[in-house]
Parts: sequence; C-alpha cells; structure tokens
Amino acid sequence: MSVVATPPATAGTPGTPERARRRRPGLLRSMLSGPSAVAAAAYLVLLAALAVAAPLVAPHDPNAQDLFNRFAGMSAEHPLGTDDFGRDVASRVIYAARISLLAPLISLAVGMAIGVPAGLLAGLRRGWFDAVADRLSDTLLSIPAIVFALAIIAVMGPSLTTAMVAIGIVFAPHLFRVVRGATMVVAEETYISSAEAIGASTRRILLVHVLPNIRAPLLVQVTLLMGFALLAEASLSFLGLGVQPPEASWGSMLKAAYENQFEAPYSVLPSGVAILLTVLAFNVLGDRLRDAVAGGRAR
Amino acid sequence: MNLARLLRRLASAVLVIWLVHLLTFLLIRLVPGDPAQLLAGERATPDEVLRIREQLGLEDPVLLQYARSLGGLPRGDLGESMFSGLPVGRLLADAAPATLSVALMALLFAAVFGVGAGVLAGLRQGGWTDRVVSTIATVGIAMPSFWIGLVLVTFFALVNPWLPATGYAPLGEGVGTWFRHLVLPAVTLGVAVAAEIARHTRGGVADVLAKPYIRTARARGASGSRLVRGHVLRNAAIPVVTVLGLQTGKLLGGTVVVEAVFGISGLGTLAVNSVLERDYPVLQGFVIFAAVVVVTANLLVDTAYGRINPKVRTA
Repeated sequence: MSVVATPPATAGTPGTPERARRRRPGLLRSMLSGPSAVAAAAYLVLLAALAVAAPLVAPHDPNAQDLFNRFAGMSAEHPLGTDDFGRDVASRVIYAARISLLAPLISLAVGMAIGVPAGLLAGLRRGWFDAVADRLSDTLLSIPAIVFALAIIAVMGPSLTTAMVAIGIVFAPHLFRVVRGATMVVAEETYISSAEAIGASTRRILLVHVLPNIRAPLLVQVTLLMGFALLAEASLSFLGLGVQPPEASWGSMLKAAYENQFEAPYSVLPSGVAILLTVLAFNVLGDRLRDAVAGGRAR
Repeated sequence: MNLARLLRRLASAVLVIWLVHLLTFLLIRLVPGDPAQLLAGERATPDEVLRIREQLGLEDPVLLQYARSLGGLPRGDLGESMFSGLPVGRLLADAAPATLSVALMALLFAAVFGVGAGVLAGLRQGGWTDRVVSTIATVGIAMPSFWIGLVLVTFFALVNPWLPATGYAPLGEGVGTWFRHLVLPAVTLGVAVAAEIARHTRGGVADVLAKPYIRTARARGASGSRLVRGHVLRNAAIPVVTVLGLQTGKLLGGTVVVEAVFGISGLGTLAVNSVLERDYPVLQGFVIFAAVVVVTANLLVDTAYGRINPKVRTA
C-alpha cells in the first residue's frame, strides 16, 4: 500500500479539505493497482454504457413478441435465445440493466439522505440526538433487511419505487453507523475546535470540515451497498414485490424464467449471470477500496 | 459473563424488542392517509374500509390501541389476521417448523463448510487452496440466493431427478424424507453464509498464525493438529462466532426468498402473502418474531464469548 503514501506529511495542514483532495487520486490509483479491481471497474463502466445506449446496441426490440419462436436456443439471430413470449433475451438483459442499475442508485440516495446527515450530526454533537439515533439504528439493525423492507412495502403497496425506497430506508442505519463513527474520529481534530472558535456554524463545520474527511469510509460503504441493493431489488422483484410488468429488471426476468423452469430449464442462466457479475464487480471494487483506505490509515 | 452484565444485556434486548414493536405499530399509523384505506387498497368499497377499521380497532384512541397491542405482546398475543381471522401467533407457530428446519440446516451447512474451508485457506495462505477458497467465497457472496436455488433445482431435480424440487416434508413423514426435502433449500440459503464465514475464518486463522505465541508454541515443539486445535482454532473462533451471530438475521431474511423458490409454506411465504393481501397484523407479527430471534442469537453469541475466550469474561 505504499502508493497511498504519495502526499508527504508536509503537504497542507493535516486533515484539511485540501489534503483530502490531494489524497483522492492516490487512493483511487492504489485501489486500481490490482487487476481484479481494474476488471471490475471496466466491467461496470461497460455495463453502464450498454444500459445508456441500449436502443443502439440491443439487437432487437426487447418487447417484440414472436409466439411461434418461444424458448428458442442460441442462434446468430438471438445470441441468448428467446423467452416465453419469443422475445430476444439478449436485448431484454441489456434493457433490464437500466432498471437494475438505476434502482440501487435511488436506494442509496434515499439511504444517504437519511443516514449521512444524522450520522454527521450525531458524531459531532453527541448528546441526546446521538443517544436516540444510535438506539434507533440498533433497533432497525435487529430486523433482517428483507423483513424490514417487506414491512414498508406492506404499508406502501408493491411497486418498484416502494421497493427502492424501502431498501434505502433499510440502508440508513448502516450508513448512519459508518458516518457517525468516522465523524467522531474527525471531531477530535484540532481544526474542528479552531473552526468552532472562529464561530463557524454547525452546518459549515459539517459540510466543509467533516464531510470531505470522511469521504473514504463513506465511499467504501456506498460501493458495497450498491451490490447489496442490486441483490435486494432482484430478490423483491423475484417475489413480485418490486418491478411490475411490462418493465423488467434482472430479478423480474428470473421470476419469469422460474415460472417456465420445467419448459426451459436453462433460461435461468442469462439474467442470473448478469446479477452475479455485477454484484461481484461492486463487491470487488468495494473490497479493494477498503484495503486502499486501510493502507492509507496504517501509514 | 457476570450476572450484572448478563442482566444489562437482557434489559437492552427487551428494550430493542419493545422499540421494534413500537416501530411496527407506528409504521402503519404514521404513513400519510387513513391506515384502513391504505390496507384496503385503492379499489376498496367504503364497507370494506369500515370493516378493516373495526377489525384493527382504529376507531379507538391511539393510546388505547397501543396499550392493547403492547399488553398482548408478553403473552404472545399478536392480534388476528385480517384475512383469515386466525390468531397471528398460531399462524407463525404453524409456519415456523419448516422455516426453522431450513434455516438451522443452512446454518449447519454454512458452519461446517465455511469453517472448514476457512481454516484450510488460512493455514495455507497464498497457496492454491487459499486462492480457490477465496475466489469461491467472493463469488458465493455475490450470487443471489434464489438464483442458486433455481440452478440447483435445474441440475439436481430437473435434469437429474435426484432430489425433490419443491415442498417441505414434516419430521413426522420420516427423517429421510424430511432431510431429502431440506438439502437443496438449505444449501441455497447457506452458500452466502458459508462464504462469509469462510472469509472471516480465514482472516481469523491468518491473524492468529502471525501472533508471537504461535512462534513460542512452535518453539516448544507443538506442531500439526496439536498446534491447530490447541492454539489456532480457539483463538480464531472469536471473529467466527461473531459472524455466526450476525448471519442469523440474514438466514431468516433469506428464507423469505428461498421458500418462494422451493414452494415451502413457512414463515417467508406467510410474510410475502401477507404483504400481497395487505394483512398487516401478520406481517407485524413476523417482524417482531424475526427481531426476537436476532436479538436472542446476539445474546447467545455474547455469552459464548466468555466460554471461548476467558479474557472477555471480565470485560
């Protein structure tokens, strides 16, 4: 992890936003030094590009039915065969990537909107707010993620939006924990006391002095949660509680494949492999990032 | 663990359960709009809405509703299903054996394979065993459990008809039948947990091997299985037990999906159906049940620490 140590100790005042800005390329570079992380990042970029450019790259209209050609095998015409309505599976996998990638992003936005401000405030100010928020997050974490999501969907009704918001709320205590812990460490720094002494508002201290310095652990958590969110959305869609037809995500495609399993046993492979590879990519990236952050701290 | 600490942990566990109950009570009442209307759905007639309101006692003052709901909790009274009218406690008790069988079998599978593979990988760091185990573990965590289930069913029940593809057989039908029905669901549910345990076991063993007391033990002539059993495993067990505790919730949540794949009518199926039927009391009961299981598992893990590692006893 020697690559992380690029900014010499004299560069900038320790812990100022300036230093954080300089350390970031070092962190990224060290993270991408392994071949696995490069492969994961390249895969994700490619996948995102495919999702955005779906109308240009998909060989067929994902919803065009051909009922005389159901469950066709692989061919030049249909590289991954066709599904129960004779639709081109390859095109559907590419189009479904849009929802499968967008859903985790929205869940994370919801989770961060709740968890990050609460964690920042609790970590810096402690007191009653910290006590209450910490107890609440303990409580939420004692409910299995998917069970908690079910409870929220029961109240709000099954839909993709509900599922994404539910997963986001489930994430909030995880993000709260990470942000609170990191903020408590930063709050001990002299520059925080200095900022308070010159009368900076809590809002300013949190945004300008704390947030840039807890970016690394937050980024690790967010990357790992992306993979988890994708799995959670797929699970809920598989149960029929997420994406509703005609929209499709990889999870809902698997549900359809499951329902036709006796007719076409191998149809569970394409969307399943897509989920596996994408979650794997997020996890590998998150793990490497965590190693890079830990290496940065150890120096 | 001394008595004072045990009591403190118990009190904290009870507090968490109480908060989970409060949360599920508030969840349906704090959402904007009329809870009865919400549960009845958009196409409900006014009569249906009124019926639901009466069933849930929503006409009464909120504090009275709360007192009634909380009062039943210690007795295991979780209200009645809005769909079937049966007590929620009984529905949960009827569904629990299938779920617990699958979850415990999965835990057993995960512990045996996870610890075994993790120890092997940790003892041979950098070798090919380590690389294979680490790769399988990384992939195992990334696989959606229901997909593992679908693939297993495809190969072990459809292509090769060796094991039943669906259903649960109660123990009353014979241990063999019970076990054969459990294999695929338990493996499906256990893979991710086994992978997680393997990673932590490997890390724990690797950490312990780097400790000076291992060098001391080696210098004194301890080697092979004696060293591993007497020094490595005992010390590496602490992170592993922690992970086992943390995985309880994952197993319980995972059964929701796995039961759907294998058509097992356990707690997960009950929960998914109650979401689709907007049967909130049943779902509320399931959430509380899940929290009780998770909190109990954490309590057990805490007491296990003291047994494994005397250093923690005084902490």
